Amino acid sequence: MKSARLVWAGWKFHVKSLTLSGFFLLTSAIQPVIFASIAFFMFKAGAREGTLLYVSLGAGLMGIWSATLFASGGAIQWQRWQGTLELSIASPAPFLLVLLPMTLASATIGLYSLTGTLLWGRLLFGVPFEVEQPLVFLAAVPATVIGLGLLGLVMASTFILWRNANALSNLLEYPIWLVTGLLVPISLLPGWVAPLAWVLAPTWGVRAIRDAALGTGHPLAAVGMCLALGAAYLAIGSLTVRYFENLARDRATLSLT
Amino acid sequence: MSNLRVFFIGGYLAYRALFNWIHWSIYVPTMLGSPIFQILFFAYVGRFAGLQDDAFFVVGNAVQVACMAGVYGMALTIGGERWTQTLSPLLATPANRFALFMGRALPNFVNGLIVSTFGFLVGWALLDFDPPLSSLPGLALCVLISAASCTALGMVVGSIGLRSRDVMFLANLVYFLLLLFCGVNVPLDDLPTWMEAIGRALPLTHGIEAAREVAGGAPLSSVSDLLWTEAAIGAVYALVAYGLFRYFESAGRRRASLETI
Repeated sequence: MKSARLVWAGWKFHVKSLTLSGFFLLTSAIQPVIFASIAFFMFKAGAREGTLLYVSLGAGLMGIWSATLFASGGAIQWQRWQGTLELSIASPAPFLLVLLPMTLASATIGLYSLTGTLLWGRLLFGVPFEVEQPLVFLAAVPATVIGLGLLGLVMASTFILWRNANALSNLLEYPIWLVTGLLVPISLLPGWVAPLAWVLAPTWGVRAIRDAALGTGHPLAAVGMCLALGAAYLAIGSLTVRYFENLARDRATLSLT
Repeated sequence: MSNLRVFFIGGYLAYRALFNWIHWSIYVPTMLGSPIFQILFFAYVGRFAGLQDDAFFVVGNAVQVACMAGVYGMALTIGGERWTQTLSPLLATPANRFALFMGRALPNFVNGLIVSTFGFLVGWALLDFDPPLSSLPGLALCVLISAASCTALGMVVGSIGLRSRDVMFLANLVYFLLLLFCGVNVPLDDLPTWMEAIGRALPLTHGIEAAREVAGGAPLSSVSDLLWTEAAIGAVYALVAYGLFRYFESAGRRRASLETI
């Protein structure tokens, strides 16, 4: 019960805090709309207008990933800069429960991008927004947010040891957009990419959301995969957080900036 | 002599001190890794959309990534003076402002050339991009002029950083808007007229257009108008940036706001 209260309070705090951040406004609201516009123009010019809702949903997910990625990369680094990392780790609560709300909140903030790109597409590009399976769609969105937030937890935990971890965030934005099929079907990519995509929650998240919206495939199965992967990330994250935390304590590298 | 020292040595030192991404552990993922995936991402989206061939996206993005150095680098090396609280001592010196300002652009310009060249190599190695050997000198000239005009745009961003609290927000915004407006991934003809008009007034647009023609085998003479236009746009941005720098310097002194962060 205490743990749930801590996660809930941390999630609320970080959602409010990230909402006021100019950088996250850019990442989760402005950048996705710019990328969505580029994609809309590319697909319109390439005579694939029928895929615009497909593009709109994919661009929204791109924003959720960007927000998760940058917040996960920054979760440790910002605490280092603010001098609160040692305090968080020294507090009686497990560090996992301090970190988890932050990565979940960042994925939640990414919802602005999904809403933004859908509205942008509707208002400026006339993209119709008709959801074939609204209830499944409503289940797919939070499942995706949870899956991505927990993936962020695994990343954030491995960043404890590396002082320039946030640089990895710059590197990992485009590759995940590409291999998880957010705008390009995975079948168009080299064959070795597919197994990589299967273990990444955004692959199943975008599949669940798209299938529910377009009435194709098996969205509930994708929702299930997204949540199952989330559970696996949580298990891995709880181990890596503890391991890397102990390693950083041993080496006295917690406060290195 | 003193001005030359301020230009070369001062610019180099400012780059070493303020360009936060200079360490290999940041430089490699950010300045080299990210462009690889930007090029691959848009080339694959282009293939799926059935828009253009790989060469279109390789050239557009490889030229555009020069802005990573030009825009972010200038934001850090000019705007960064405020964060590090070194702006007041810097402006208290009698150093020639033009040499001081322009000297900071040179390392970022060179860095832009490196990043852009790397982008072309990646495109050649991983995608269907194989320009004729004879086009390489012309392509190099296009990149050189485009990187210079990007750096000039970066100077504007950096100068605004003397006043703005969050210059990296602006730098990010400018970088992404260039992707949208400059014909990097969408042919200018396919953009609405007003967007095309804005794109034509921005650095990169003409440079990318020229680079695409040269990579396609056109002689350099056939794109000279585009390159002169690109150079002229870069010069205008550099002048505006210098004007803003001097204005914000005097306004900062008047309002005692140089160190406000």
